[in-house]
Amino acid sequence: MFLELVQLIVNGLVMGAVIALPALGLTLIFSVLGFINFSIAAQMTIGAFAGWLVNTQLHWPLVPVLVVAFVVAGLLGVASDRVALAPMRKRPSAHMALMVAIVSIALNLALENALRFGFGSGLNSFEMPIARDVVIGEIRIGPQQMHNLGIALVVSFVLAAFFTVTRVGKAMRAVADNPDLARLKGIDPAKLSNLATFIGMGLAGIGGALLAIDTSVDPSTGARLLLIIFSASVVGGLTSLSGAVLGALLVGVAAEVSLLAIPPVYQSAVAFLAILAVLLVRPSGLFAGAAGVRK
Amino acid sequence: MTSYLVFMLTLAGIYSLMSLGLVTIWGQGGMVNLGLVGFFAVGAYASALLSQTGIPIGLTLVAGALVAGLVGIALSYVTRPLRGDYLAIVTLGFAELIRLIATNEKWLTGGSDGLAGIRSPLKLELGTLHPYFYLLVVWAFAGAAALALTRLLRSPYGRAIRAVRDDEQVAAVAGKAVLQLKLKTFFIGSALTGLAGGLYAHLTSYIAPDGFVPLLTIYIFLAATAGGYTRVVGAIVGSLAVVVLLEGTRFIAAAIPGLNAVQVASMREFVIAVGLIVIMHLRPEGMFKSVNQSSKPEPGSKKLPATFTQRSVLNDQHAHKAAVAPVRAA
Repeated sequence: MFLELVQLIVNGLVMGAVIALPALGLTLIFSVLGFINFSIAAQMTIGAFAGWLVNTQLHWPLVPVLVVAFVVAGLLGVASDRVALAPMRKRPSAHMALMVAIVSIALNLALENALRFGFGSGLNSFEMPIARDVVIGEIRIGPQQMHNLGIALVVSFVLAAFFTVTRVGKAMRAVADNPDLARLKGIDPAKLSNLATFIGMGLAGIGGALLAIDTSVDPSTGARLLLIIFSASVVGGLTSLSGAVLGALLVGVAAEVSLLAIPPVYQSAVAFLAILAVLLVRPSGLFAGAAGVRK
Repeated sequence: MTSYLVFMLTLAGIYSLMSLGLVTIWGQGGMVNLGLVGFFAVGAYASALLSQTGIPIGLTLVAGALVAGLVGIALSYVTRPLRGDYLAIVTLGFAELIRLIATNEKWLTGGSDGLAGIRSPLKLELGTLHPYFYLLVVWAFAGAAALALTRLLRSPYGRAIRAVRDDEQVAAVAGKAVLQLKLKTFFIGSALTGLAGGLYAHLTSYIAPDGFVPLLTIYIFLAATAGGYTRVVGAIVGSLAVVVLLEGTRFIAAAIPGLNAVQVASMREFVIAVGLIVIMHLRPEGMFKSVNQSSKPEPGSKKLPATFTQRSVLNDQHAHKAAVAPVRAA
């Protein structure tokens, strides 16, 4: 029983580490641009397909595959944002954020169906070397899980450095923390929007590729994970970057540990309940220090 | 062919009810419901399950609408202190939860096999005339809902909810019970969606989780925006237009040679999604622009001079745009 619990927690942490990347992307975009970009789900799938193509056609190994996933999802994310969402954001309206969010849902659907048109609905597997599970004590960890965890940690580390050391990174954190104060200091959120979208969608692409390497990729890969990513972001406070990572780990562990009590099909229901629970107990998120989400 | 047309018209009536619900919540109330399909499914399953116990269908429809409406109140209450984005996420998640429950709770919903043999009023008695009868029933509901909403939105409640939509703080300062108004509005909108679900269940006599995909929510958003998302008449015209578009793309996509079934389906969904994006860009007000509902007093009643505050609340749209534009530009 105890070992089973530890195993589930380990699985949950690995899953959470991977979810953390798209959750971070969603949070970054929301913080800097001020709206929820639902098309992040499609960009996860796009990243996964881009990685799958170079992996199966050109036989590229893991790390270059992830770089391709990052760049392709990031570029397509910025391009689709410029075409479909950016013109909407310029309209003066009290409901700009909601209108853009709705358009981003339509964009998500359009991208998903474009993928389905091109690749069909079937499941596509990566060609990755198969290796034995690592056994520590009686806890089993798959090699892919180790890779995922390691890569998620490296990416998080690079991002942390980017946000603490570079000027642009600090500006983004400032906007996320307090948009008004950031403007007073001469930071223009609009100028950061392309970069924030590129990084955010790129992270979604890596996350999608990692999850797809573990299982397989099909046009709904991202859409299936949308709720759990939102729940990681909301648990973390929706504007807190470190909160998104912690939220993802928490939601990942909660979703895995819940398997002790409920069937696996309800894992995304756990994500929904986590959102409700956080909103009831601490609406600004468990890890958010600053305002920005309250009205 | 006739039965196909009748079925499509009936479906347009059901979409109209959902669009009316969305117009109430979104166009008039300024809140967003991205889980329309969840409320639709709740109404459908509630009405279908209750009708199996022998309760008259009129009552089960009301019950389905009530359950959906109460869920709507709960979800909008939970997100009350937060930006509207949270309500969007929570309603989206709710729809997903409902789909999971419908797929997995076999004892209640029949799982992915669905519920079959759902009763429909007077089906045996009317025989082949039943589809025509049901068409009238659905459009009677849609017409009644449209009429009731038109009157309601002209009433003081309607003006108050538009004031809340445009600026909650101003409305609160003017003494409006903001939370209560929002909950009421969300209740009305989700109850209409639930009613549409019930009517759908008794129309097709078979419901399954496959019928409640998120795509339906997009259809209704397209219907509401195409018609004009703040307008009652827009909801109905938009729903008819969406059904025509949906069926039209079915024929067009089937006519393109060399496409397999998956490609045909994905092309139709792509067209719908792009259609919504294009309309939101080019003509977000839809076919019927938002107007300031008549501020003229009823004929015969004493004419009141409109004070500044009254006018500013009534001319909500323009006043708000004018007020917001310079702030954004700054």
